[in-house]
Amino acid sequence: MDNELAIVARGLRKAYGKNVAVAGVDLEVRRGEVFALLGPNGAGKTTTVEILEGYRRRDAGEVSVLDSDPAAPAASWRNRIGIVLQGVGEFDELSVSELVHHFAGFYADADDPEKVIARVGLAGKARARTHTLSGGQKRRLDVALGIIGRPELLFLDEPTTGFDPEARREFWQLIRDLAAAGTTIVLTTHYLDEAEALADRVGVIAGGRLIEVAAPEHLGNRQQAQATVSWRTPEGLTESTESATPTELVTELATRFGGEVPGLTVTRPTLEDIYLKMIGHR
Amino acid sequence: MTTTLKPATAARAAGHQPGPLALALRQGRLELTQFLRSRESVVFTMGFPVVMILIFAAVFDGEIAPGVSYPQYFITGMIATGLMTVSFQNLGIWIPIERDRGVLKRYRGTPMPKWVYFAGKVIMVVVISVVETALLLAVSVAVFDLQLPGTATKWLTFGWVSVLGITACTLCGIAVSSLARTSRSGSAVVTPIALVLQFTSGVFFVFTELPSWMQQVAALFPLKWMCQGLRSVFLPGAFAGQEPGGSYELGRVALVLAAWCVIGLLLCLGTFRWTTRRDG
Repeated sequence: MDNELAIVARGLRKAYGKNVAVAGVDLEVRRGEVFALLGPNGAGKTTTVEILEGYRRRDAGEVSVLDSDPAAPAASWRNRIGIVLQGVGEFDELSVSELVHHFAGFYADADDPEKVIARVGLAGKARARTHTLSGGQKRRLDVALGIIGRPELLFLDEPTTGFDPEARREFWQLIRDLAAAGTTIVLTTHYLDEAEALADRVGVIAGGRLIEVAAPEHLGNRQQAQATVSWRTPEGLTESTESATPTELVTELATRFGGEVPGLTVTRPTLEDIYLKMIGHR
Repeated sequence: MTTTLKPATAARAAGHQPGPLALALRQGRLELTQFLRSRESVVFTMGFPVVMILIFAAVFDGEIAPGVSYPQYFITGMIATGLMTVSFQNLGIWIPIERDRGVLKRYRGTPMPKWVYFAGKVIMVVVISVVETALLLAVSVAVFDLQLPGTATKWLTFGWVSVLGITACTLCGIAVSSLARTSRSGSAVVTPIALVLQFTSGVFFVFTELPSWMQQVAALFPLKWMCQGLRSVFLPGAFAGQEPGGSYELGRVALVLAAWCVIGLLLCLGTFRWTTRRDG
């Protein structure tokens, strides 16, 4: 069956003994979209993703990933999936090039290893043994191994942890390129700016449940949130007012101060503010 | 095919993936490359049996029986020990490390068939075994005039005893790797097993000089039978009279080693874990 949904999960549950990690998650990811899963540590994020990746078995619920049940992963299904793991030095004695070439051999329609190495920015390190790479370079190698099979669906688990700001921007561009080429991407992240920069939709997971799914700009009714206008009074105190019409308020203030308003700021809640509020209420 | 292939699927079908044999050979090459590049494991795995036989030859001077020197007797135990080190100990120690580091998890996330991982290990074990045994024999011939088997039949026996022994030890090494909970505990699990078997199976002592209960316990495990099979290769036929059973019992050697291959395989299939317990 051809389906415009890459992932469908209904009533997904998983417990480890008495500890319920995933308590009924319903999730849909469309083909071609970038979906970010946010949530605090221990919220059930990793368990959910690992069930979708075919690494773990669920206790209950229905799951379909690229029209197959990931609990019984076939090689033909694995051919279409890419997984970027958080690996550290698993193949110390091999070079970047050897490793990427080797993994290319597992896929029916692998990409050109040299091209992939260049794409993740490791061309200068192709002959280096992996144990000589920096933390950020190792993550790029993880990405190279995740995309070498030209996946239709790519899972990224906290992909930019340990990256410097410049490397992160480069990495974001790589993700955008993959998305533009039609790859469906599911990423988990701790960085809200990353979710905002990359994701078409964001799912927030807390306490084993998906508490909201929305576009980053709409999360937690963010677009309707009131702006906060602050300024300094002639007595030197800071005054703040929440306002649905901040421009009107600023105009009024300008009239009152006869021009420049001292210490004026107009802010709207960041994704981080919204997110912290959401998970704080759990 | 009754369904229509989507363009993407059609393109995939056109791509060429290595066949099973090529996959196994590639994996074997990768394993060997990794082994050869970790210098400590090369030196210790290759060097251990050679050092041991040199020590034994220096300590025990003389003959066990007319025409049978001590080194000629102990070479059989050293060959068997070497084979067990390369297969059983090597895998029992390394697989938990690979599991802990996420190597196995990484392979599981690819379309690589599971058996390819084991095939790679087997190829590595076989190649190292051959090189290591050849080195041991070469040193022994050079240093204390070891007499190599003189007939094709003996070489054939050498061959099948080694193949069955390596197979049994490899499978048991893979099986025992699942007992280790962390990367650090692999050698704690494997080393005592190996040492106890070496002391009770006639590697360090003349087997018939051991207490009979110890001989009987050792007879439950493969190492004793590997040593016995190799004695039939390196010792004169007349020496067979000194074996516990009054002969080299090659039929029983084959039977016990084959049984351990089956036991090892069943244990592997039933217990092998691709992830750590922490991973669930």
